[in-house]
Amino acid sequence: MSKDRIDARFAALKAEGRAAFVAYVMAGDPDAATAAKILAGLPGAGADLIELGFPFSDPMAEGPPIQRAAQRALANGMTLKGTLALARGFRETDQATPLILMGYMNLLVTWGIEAFAHDAAEAGVDGLIVVDCPPEEAEPLADALDAAGVSLIRLATPTSDDARLKTIIRRTSGFVYYVSVAGVTGVKEAEADVVAPHVARVRKASGLPVAVGFGIKTPERAAAIARVADAAVVGSALVDAVAEAMEMNEDVTERVLSKVSSLAKAVRSARVGQTTV
Amino acid sequence: MNASHPSSPTRPNDYTAYPDANGRFGDYGGRYVPETLMPLVHELDAAYRAAKADEGFQAELGGFLKHYVGRPSPLYFAERLTAHFGGAKVYLKREELNHTGAHKINNCMGQILLAMRMGKTRIIAETGAGQHGVATATVCARFGLPCIVYMGAVDVERQKPNVFRMNLLGAEVRPVTSGSATLKDAMNEALRDWVTNVEDTYYLIGSAAGPHPYPEMVRDFQAVIGVESRAQILEMEGRLPDAVVACVGGGSNAIGLFHPFLNDEGVKIIGVEASGHGMGTDKHAAAINGGRPGVLHGNKTYLIQDPEGQITEAHSISAGLDYPGIGPEHAWLHDVGRATYLTATDDEALEAFQLCSRLEGIIPALESSHALARLPEITKDLGKDGIVVLNLSGRGDKDVATVAAHLGREA
Repeated sequence: MSKDRIDARFAALKAEGRAAFVAYVMAGDPDAATAAKILAGLPGAGADLIELGFPFSDPMAEGPPIQRAAQRALANGMTLKGTLALARGFRETDQATPLILMGYMNLLVTWGIEAFAHDAAEAGVDGLIVVDCPPEEAEPLADALDAAGVSLIRLATPTSDDARLKTIIRRTSGFVYYVSVAGVTGVKEAEADVVAPHVARVRKASGLPVAVGFGIKTPERAAAIARVADAAVVGSALVDAVAEAMEMNEDVTERVLSKVSSLAKAVRSARVGQTTV
Repeated sequence: MNASHPSSPTRPNDYTAYPDANGRFGDYGGRYVPETLMPLVHELDAAYRAAKADEGFQAELGGFLKHYVGRPSPLYFAERLTAHFGGAKVYLKREELNHTGAHKINNCMGQILLAMRMGKTRIIAETGAGQHGVATATVCARFGLPCIVYMGAVDVERQKPNVFRMNLLGAEVRPVTSGSATLKDAMNEALRDWVTNVEDTYYLIGSAAGPHPYPEMVRDFQAVIGVESRAQILEMEGRLPDAVVACVGGGSNAIGLFHPFLNDEGVKIIGVEASGHGMGTDKHAAAINGGRPGVLHGNKTYLIQDPEGQITEAHSISAGLDYPGIGPEHAWLHDVGRATYLTATDDEALEAFQLCSRLEGIIPALESSHALARLPEITKDLGKDGIVVLNLSGRGDKDVATVAAHLGREA
């Protein structure tokens, strides 16, 4: 079962005594071939888990960087089918790194929820984050993913009180994604000391590892978050690296992977000398 | 022109009993928003339910609707249009006589009172043509609340007078350049603002769309149109009409007229979507006639989209109908067969615009002109003994320049 890959990865990192570095990239950004090269290089550059965005025309929770990444990908013909092909290609070279798809509900409704859960599992996808599908609307999706053995990753946020948290973590598996700031991706910055008590609260309520994202751009910030959470997610800064490389006529893959390396290094050394979290 | 009914769910005994507790009209509606917004959506739902049941709130709203908006609006027998078509008697519900010139203010007045009741201190809204933006800016001015209106950069450019009106009323208009820079993108940007400013901000949605409870709440605030029409036609004709007709973009004026008639089985319910350059082209805004169900902006409904589910651009000569979705209650009324959704093209709307101006001395909004454009067939089908009530949802002063340009004239 593919959700085991997520559990195995977090168990191994716990034994190592460090947090995970999660890299978010957009499928097909800037084009399918480059995205495949970036994906294949992510584990070597230090990504412990990968979030692969599938582009949607109306990404209501994204800030400008990921909006632009989606537009680049769509302009170059990326589709949900193409995203699954990227996942399948990635699995040919990597069997251990968890791969989480992240995107919006309409493409899944169009594909068919059950068929998609099956096809995603078959492509080697381990988990799914659907930004605009809160627990109230997620029962059919949760059923389909359960049947296919894919984790439904839920989002907890600064607006989630204890009662709401109970609703959120019901039927979640793999890990919980803590949205560290009220806002869209890549705009506000997460403060580790503000985030820490929330992470502890979510971890206690769910019994699952907690990944923190939405406000981490620099290695310093990633390290600070890695000291208080089980994983630090960086997305907007990586898709911005795609844009920067294109602007400066540099090699896109190289620039993205080099940014991943520096972020991963910061996360890996964050707890050196620390005992436990 | 008449869309077929793809599925035939069981027809309910009480059409007014929807949405259910989960915000569903059959399979449509719901609350498809990011988790950060879910507690706010629940808070809004609870606050709205309390206000709805509060006689004090209703009395306050009624007072503002009477003295500030100018309600009730007249139901007017359009004698010369009736004679021109030679069929059923045509009555026009004169929403264009409201303050700010359209039905939009009914909803804005209800929501601004609710926002203040909830202690919110900052109002945001989206707008396409600027009509909802102007109505929102108006109530914000009246109650002294800061107002930010998101408007597609393309629309800012083509609706300059409305941008200036909003500025005069003290609102800040933020041009939206993301995506296609039109109404759907303005709505995305308003949602992004809301998710960022969760403490103090009230999102005043202008159409009967968005996450639950918006479709229900906007409908309830607009239902004053149908409630008045029903009482007025009973007084004037001693019976209910044979049909009620309205244009449908997101569908707030239409659902406002339709809702009080839903359980009157003898009353035909007819919505008219904008088919732009024609249903055979990709330039239309007819979500039911030319789209299929999907999820956007917090609800499941009919959407104009490509085969994969990417939302595509809507087109209509009328900016108020230029939206790729439709309110979820319309989607449901279509599926269960209670309402019929026809279409009218840009050219047909332009014809009706001129006809109504010439024969009745009423310049209708281009939006409302789409409903007027289907009157020849509707009045003929109902015959001389029939009665039809059409929602004249807005006045056309704002459209004079657009129409002149299409007719090759200077306004």
